[in-house]
Amino acid sequence: MSALSHTLSDSVVITRRNLIKVKRVPDLIVFATLSPIMFVLLFRYVFGGAIAGLPDGVSYAEFLLPGIFAQTVVFGSTTTGASIAEDLQKGLVDRFRSLPMSRSAVLIGRTVADLGLNAISILVMALTGLVVGWRITSSPLEAAAGFLVLLVFAFAVSWMMALVGLLVRTPEVVNNASFIVIFPLTFVANTFVPLETFPSVLRTFAEWNPVSSVVQAARELFGNQPASAPVPDAWSLQHPALYTLIWAAVILAVFVPLAVRAYLRTATR
Amino acid sequence: MSDAVVVEGLVKKFGDFTALRGVDLTVARGTVLGLLGPNGAGKTTVVRILSTLLRPDGGRAEITGLDVVTQADQVRSVIGLTGQYAAVDEYLTGEENLEMVGRLYRLGKKESRARAGQLLERFDLTDAARRPAKTYSGGMRRRLDIAASLIARPQVLFLDEPTTGLDPRSRLGMWEFIADLVSDGTTILLTTQYLEEADRLADRMVVIDRGSVIARGTADELKAQVGGERLELTVGSVEGLGRAVELLRPLAVDDPQRDEQTRRLTLPVKGGAATLAEALRLLEGSGVELLDVGLRRPDLDDVFLTLTGHSADDADPATEEQAR
Repeated sequence: MSALSHTLSDSVVITRRNLIKVKRVPDLIVFATLSPIMFVLLFRYVFGGAIAGLPDGVSYAEFLLPGIFAQTVVFGSTTTGASIAEDLQKGLVDRFRSLPMSRSAVLIGRTVADLGLNAISILVMALTGLVVGWRITSSPLEAAAGFLVLLVFAFAVSWMMALVGLLVRTPEVVNNASFIVIFPLTFVANTFVPLETFPSVLRTFAEWNPVSSVVQAARELFGNQPASAPVPDAWSLQHPALYTLIWAAVILAVFVPLAVRAYLRTATR
Repeated sequence: MSDAVVVEGLVKKFGDFTALRGVDLTVARGTVLGLLGPNGAGKTTVVRILSTLLRPDGGRAEITGLDVVTQADQVRSVIGLTGQYAAVDEYLTGEENLEMVGRLYRLGKKESRARAGQLLERFDLTDAARRPAKTYSGGMRRRLDIAASLIARPQVLFLDEPTTGLDPRSRLGMWEFIADLVSDGTTILLTTQYLEEADRLADRMVVIDRGSVIARGTADELKAQVGGERLELTVGSVEGLGRAVELLRPLAVDDPQRDEQTRRLTLPVKGGAATLAEALRLLEGSGVELLDVGLRRPDLDDVFLTLTGHSADDADPATEEQAR
C-alpha cells in the first residue's frame, strides 16, 4: 500500500472512532444543535422585529438563517481543539504516536468527524428555519453549493482549532480562548444585522471578515438575497464564495502543516 | 544471547533542565529489565525516547537493531507501549479499542478482530468486551491498555508504571499477566517505583536517580551491594524511640532510620543473632517499651535508601515538575 492509501485507511479508522463517541454520547449532538435552535428562535422573535435596513422583500428569517448557519459551524469547529486537547490529556495521542500509523491521520480523522457533526447541526437548523419561515428560493444545485461553502470554511477553521488544541492542551481553556476570538468574528459581520448600520471602521473590518463572506455567499446561494438588494462596496462581498474559498485554502495551507508538526512534537506532559 | 534494547549515553534536556545525563542500558531478548527510580528520576523520559515519542539530545538507542531516531517508523512496528495513564478511548468498547489499535498496526480487519478476541479472553475482559471502557474499573482499563499494546505481538514491550494507582488485588493480578507475557518470550522494559514489583518481575534492574544510572544488577546483587542486615524494632512511645536510637547507635554500621508515625526504628547492622542479643541487653532496664524486634535481610527499599539517600516514594516535586 502506498503512503497515501495508508493515510486514507488510518484516517477512516480514526474518523469512525470519533463518530462512535457521538453515537455513545448523544447529549453531545443534542446540545450542539439545541443552542443554534435557541439562537434561531431568539433572534427571529426577540430582535427580529427591531432590526431595520433589510433589503426590500426579505423577511428577517430569510436574512437570519444563513448567518446562524455560519456562526454555528464556526463555533462547532472549536470542538476540534477541545477534543484533541482531551486526547492529549488522556494519553491517547501518545498511544497513537507510538503506532506505525500515518502521521496526519489522527488530525484528519478528527477534522473530518467534526465536519460530519457540523453537517448534522446545519441539517437540524435548516429544519428549524423552515418552521420559522426561512425558505430556499434558489435551485437545488445552488442550495447544495451554499451548504458546501459553509462546510468548507468550517473544515478550514477546524484545522486552526486543531493547532490551538495541541498547543493549549486543556479542553476547557481551548473553549474559553477560542470564544474570545470567535465571538467578535461572528458578531462583527453581516451575520445578524445588515452592514449598513455599522460605524465606519467596524464596517470595513466586517466587510473583509471571512465570516461575512461566508454568510453573504450562503444568502446568495440560498436565494435569500433579492435581486433588488444594493451591490456591496467591498470586493470580498461582491465575490463572497470565491473570497471564502481563498480564505479556506490559505488557512488550510498554513494550518495543516503547522498542526501536523505540532502533533509530531507534542506528548502528554 | 542478543540484546533487544541497546541504549548508549542517552541525554535529554528540557530547556535548562537535564532529564537524562548519559544513560546506558541493555535488555537481553526475552528478559525483563526493571527501570527503577524515584519520581522525576528520568524513567518515563527513557521510555518516551525508546518508544519514539521524544528525540534524544545525545547518545543513541536501538530496538532490535533499529535506531529510534532514524528508523522510528520501523521501531513503531516492533514495539508496544503502555504509558502511565491507561490510554484507552473510554467511549469505545473494549473490543472496539483493540480492533482500532489492530487496524492502526495494519493487521487488517479480520486479523485485528481475531487478535482482539484472543486478548480480551486472556486478560479476563470477555464479559466486558461489548461495554464502553468508561464503565471499566481501574484494573480493567490497565488490562485493556496492555492488551492494546500487545495486539501486534510486539517483540519489545514498554510498561511505564503498569500498576500505579491500582488496588493491591488488581496489582497482584497484573503481576500474573506480566509474568505470563515473559514466559511467551516478550522482551519487557518495566519502570516502577514499587521495589517489590521489580523484585518480583524483573530479571535485572537499573536504578536511576536524577538522570544518571546509580546501580545495576540482579535483585540479589543489589541487595549484596547494600550488605549486612537490618535490625528492626517497634517501641511504645516516641520518647522511647529517641532513647532507643541513643542506646543502639553503637551497633549501627550506617545511619539509623526512624519513623515516628509507626514508632519503628531500622538499624543497618552486622553480626546477626549476636547483635540482636546485644541490642536486647542494651535496652534492658532502659524503660523503653519494646513491642516488636527482629532481624531481616535488606530489601530493595533499603537498597534505594542507601543508594539515593531517599526512599523510592519520596518524590522531589521540583525535579518531577521539570521532568514532565
